[in-house]
Amino acid sequence: MAWLDRTARGLFMTELVKGFALTFSYMFKPRVTLNYPYERSPLSPRFRGEHALRRYPNGEERCIACKLCEAVCPALAITIEAEPREDGSRRTTRYDIDMTKCIYCGLCQEACPVDAIVEGPNLEFATETREELFYNKEKLLANGDRWEPLLAANIAADAPYR
Amino acid sequence: MADFLALHLGLPLTWATLVAIILKILVITVPLLIAMAMMTYMERKVLAAIQLRQGPILVGPFGLLQPFADGLKLMTKETIIPAGANRAVFLVAPMITFILALVAWAVIPFGEGLVLSDINVGVLYLFAISSLGVYGIIMSGWASNSKYAFLGGLRSAAQMVSYEVSIGFVIITVLLCVGSLNLSDIVRAQTHLWFCIPLFPMFVVFFISALAETNRAPFDLPEGESELVGGFHTEYSAMTFALFFLGEYISMLLMSGMTSILFLGGWQPFPLLGFIPGPLNLIIKICLLMFVFIWVRGTLPRYRYDQLMRLGWKVFLPFSLVWVILTSGFLVYFDKLPH
Repeated sequence: MAWLDRTARGLFMTELVKGFALTFSYMFKPRVTLNYPYERSPLSPRFRGEHALRRYPNGEERCIACKLCEAVCPALAITIEAEPREDGSRRTTRYDIDMTKCIYCGLCQEACPVDAIVEGPNLEFATETREELFYNKEKLLANGDRWEPLLAANIAADAPYR
Repeated sequence: MADFLALHLGLPLTWATLVAIILKILVITVPLLIAMAMMTYMERKVLAAIQLRQGPILVGPFGLLQPFADGLKLMTKETIIPAGANRAVFLVAPMITFILALVAWAVIPFGEGLVLSDINVGVLYLFAISSLGVYGIIMSGWASNSKYAFLGGLRSAAQMVSYEVSIGFVIITVLLCVGSLNLSDIVRAQTHLWFCIPLFPMFVVFFISALAETNRAPFDLPEGESELVGGFHTEYSAMTFALFFLGEYISMLLMSGMTSILFLGGWQPFPLLGFIPGPLNLIIKICLLMFVFIWVRGTLPRYRYDQLMRLGWKVFLPFSLVWVILTSGFLVYFDKLPH
C-alpha cells in the first residue's frame, strides 16, 4: 500500500500543489523591503559607526593623550603624538585614524577613560578617494561637534548597562 | 484593407497591398513587443511578491517603465564579438531566434476571423516554427566558441527536441477531437466545452512540456547559471543578447497562446463572462498562463539534467502515447470521430 500511496501522490502532484499554494499565499504577505535612502532601520545606541573626538561643554577637548586607544587598537589604525600645551596640560598634537584599517570593534571607545573617542551613529561616510578616509584630528573633532547631541544621548542611554 | 487604402489614399493596388500587409504585421508585432516588455516587468513584480520583496519601483509610476529603461540600456551598450567566434553565425543566431519567435504569431487567431494568415495547417506550422527555434540556440552555442555556450546550446537542443515529441502527441489528441489542423477550427470546436476538461492530463503535460520547450524554470538548465554561467547566450551582449531575450519571452507568450488555443478555448468567452469581446479573452488567457509560468519559476527548484530527460522520455512520452490511444479508442468506439 505504501507503493500505491506514493504513486498516487506523484500522479496527483499533491506536493506540487502544496508548494504552489504556499508561494501564492506569500504573494499577499506584506513586503519586508526597506527603501533605504528614504526609510531607515532603527539604530542601537551602541551602534559603532564613524569615529568622533568629543569636547567638554566649555569647548575644551576631552582627549588627554593617554594613548590607551592607540595601544588597544587591534588593527593599529590609531596614531597619536602628544606634548604638553603652554598651560601645562597634556594634549595630543596629532590624532590620526586610518579608517581603511579600522575594523569598527569599538575597543578605543571602551578604553577611553574620558569618553573622548567614540564611535557615532553615522554610517554614511563613503568617499571617492582613499586619502579622504585617513582622518586627522581636525576631522575627528569636527565629527564630534557635528554629532555631539546624538553622541551624548547614546552614551546616556547606554550608561545604565555599564 | 488593400482596396480601402487604394481607394482613399490613391495608391496603386500593388503598393496598397504591400502597405496593408506591413500594417497588419505591425498591428501584431508592436503590441507583442510591448506585451513582452510588460511580461518582464510582471515577472519581476510577481517574483518579488513571492519573495516578499517589492521589485522595480523607481522608473516611472510603480516602476512600469523599467523594461523600457532596460531596453534602452541594452541598445546603447557595445556588442562584443569574441575573437574566437564565428562572426557571421554568431550574429545570425539571435536574429533567427527572434524572427522565428515573431513569425509564429502569423497563424494565431485572436478572434473570429482575426488572424493574419488563416492557413489550414496552422498547428503544423506552429510546430515546425517552434522546432526550428532549436537552430538559433545551437548555432549560438557553437558559434560562440566557448565551452559554456557550447554545453548550454547542446543541452538546450536536446531538451527542446525531447519535449517536442510529447508536445506532438498532445497535439495529436487535440487534433483527433477536432478533425482539423486549422487553429480557428480548433477554437470553434471548443465552443461548448474547453478541451482542458476532457483532456485535462494532456493539458498538464502540454503545459509542462511548454515550460521545457521555452527553457523556463524548472527546466532552465541550458542557462543554469550555477554551472554554465549563462548557457548559450554567455558570450552575447547588448542588442544580440536582447534579441535572445525578446525571442525567449515571445516564445513563452506564443506557448501560452498555443495552450489557450488548444485547451482553453482561444477567443471563446469564459463561463458567465460572455460580455468580454473575443480578442480580449485570448489576451486574458495568455496573461493567466504567463502568470503561471512565473509562479512556477517562483516555486520550483531546477531539475537535474538526467531527471529532465527521464521525465521527458520515460514519463511524458509513454503517458501521452497511452492517452492518444485511449482518446482515439474512445472516439472510435462511441463513433464520435469528427467528420
